[in-house]
Amino acid sequence: MSQELILGIYVFIMAIFVGFEVISRVPSVLHTPLMSGTNAIHGIVVLGAFLVAGSADTPLLHVLGFIAVVFGAANVFGGFVVTDRMLEMFKKRETVAPKAEAEKKDA
Amino acid sequence: MLDLRESVIALSYIVAAVLFIFGLKRLSSPATARSGNRVAAIGMALALGVTLLDRQIVSFWTIAIGTLIGAAIGVYFARTVQMTAMPQMVALFNGMGGATAALVSVAEFLRLTRAGEAIGSGEATSIVLGTAIGAISFTGSIVAFGKLQEILPGRPLQFPLQRLINALILLSVLALGAFVVVGGGGSPPLWMLFAAALMLGAMFVLPIGGGDMPVVISILNSLTGLAAALTGFVLHNQMLVVAGVLVGASGTLLTLLMSKAMNRSVGNVLFGAFGAAASDATATASAVGRTVRQTTAEDTAIALAYARSVVIVPGYGLAVAEAQHTVRELATDLEKRGVDVKYAIHPVAGRMPGHMNVLLAEANVPYDQLLEMDQVNGEFPQTDVVLVVGANDVVNPAARDDPSSPIYGMPILDVDRARNVIVLKRSMGHGFAGIDNALFYNDNTRMLFGDARQSLTQIGQALKNV
Repeated sequence: MSQELILGIYVFIMAIFVGFEVISRVPSVLHTPLMSGTNAIHGIVVLGAFLVAGSADTPLLHVLGFIAVVFGAANVFGGFVVTDRMLEMFKKRETVAPKAEAEKKDA
Repeated sequence: MLDLRESVIALSYIVAAVLFIFGLKRLSSPATARSGNRVAAIGMALALGVTLLDRQIVSFWTIAIGTLIGAAIGVYFARTVQMTAMPQMVALFNGMGGATAALVSVAEFLRLTRAGEAIGSGEATSIVLGTAIGAISFTGSIVAFGKLQEILPGRPLQFPLQRLINALILLSVLALGAFVVVGGGGSPPLWMLFAAALMLGAMFVLPIGGGDMPVVISILNSLTGLAAALTGFVLHNQMLVVAGVLVGASGTLLTLLMSKAMNRSVGNVLFGAFGAAASDATATASAVGRTVRQTTAEDTAIALAYARSVVIVPGYGLAVAEAQHTVRELATDLEKRGVDVKYAIHPVAGRMPGHMNVLLAEANVPYDQLLEMDQVNGEFPQTDVVLVVGANDVVNPAARDDPSSPIYGMPILDVDRARNVIVLKRSMGHGFAGIDNALFYNDNTRMLFGDARQSLTQIGQALKNV
């Protein structure tokens, strides 16, 4: 076993604790945005695809790298944009009420 | 020692990992959630930006073109997707992440073997697991997408010897993986493993029914996170490990929450083929000799108008009928008349965790009006009218009272304890679990048959004349 692997396992285990601690505070109202937001975060594997595509020296590696970059980029960009679109819609009653009153006045 | 460029990259990765954690932390409240998502996006931009500085990258064309195409596809779908279609959207993006992780693992193996570098067993194990889990998550997500998009039938798909075949595929994945790790045969066994894992992913989601999708999507989400973390091991990138594990933790927590809300173990969801088995057993059991009472939109409008408190219970039927705006309009009209309106959300209502919340948020329902099961269950005895819109199993009192029911023990919304219950339903068809709903036959229950959106519109019109 290499030192690097041991370090990786350390990070892995510590991150599990951080992950559970942080995620368990997310209210159920936000579970869909949580899922699509974390979805975007795991798109970070696209950096691996960057490395593959950028250093490819055979046609096969070029093809693999290219497909991986396309999938990964779609995952990252799509994930963050759709999460933002969703979260924009979550509003509190207070911010809605004045608007409704204003509409009434107009009428 | 790292030189300046490598140090900048490594330190930026640490900052990116911290930004991911901060971003997720801000998801703990709807008020800060949107900024949290943006914080995470900044972390992502930073991480991807500094990766381009890596000396390993000698050509930028493939990266630039691939990123442009991928980003265009992703942003187009993200902007145009209907909120009702969010579960399949999430499944699709999830599959793409899984595919990326698998492809990166395979490519890294090819690169290392070509360079003639010795691959340590730890590294080989990471490559094997990253490939297998990423591939399973990819095809699993695609099948889940197909079911949710109704390209594939939503019911469990079963065929003879299914379990045996799945077990054989799983065994071959494991055997090929072990073969790669001990260093036999170069890349062909890894390709075969890739192919077998792709098959396994599709096969394991096919027999799972549509209503179990909240659990399946959560599992696939956590698998992709795990695959990303394993890619971090392959590339010796700790930030990737952190990011992957955060996603894995989120998916795992949601999986546990969802299966708890169904009172079923994860294993039972995966291997039970629930809908199919339950429907043969109980379809005829309880419907004999009992009648339901129908009502009209006019009578419903009167009942709602003279109520002091109304609780609306949305289910998957609301999403199918795309009735979220109509239901909100009705609720607003009722509130203008002084009726207290709330929404009761069961954790597994819909096809993914939090599905109903997003739909109602889209229709401008303030989130403090959306109550969770535990908050609302105590209030039902004081509630004048409960309006059930397209929900079925989550309001079935048999889950609480009838030990012989297949869903016995599943936590439900106790709507039967309210003074009046009005159920909007397309027909007397069964819910996902394929069992009869005792609620429909209660003395205080009235059924209003028809498309949810049409019924709600009719109620809204009738309300104007009350």
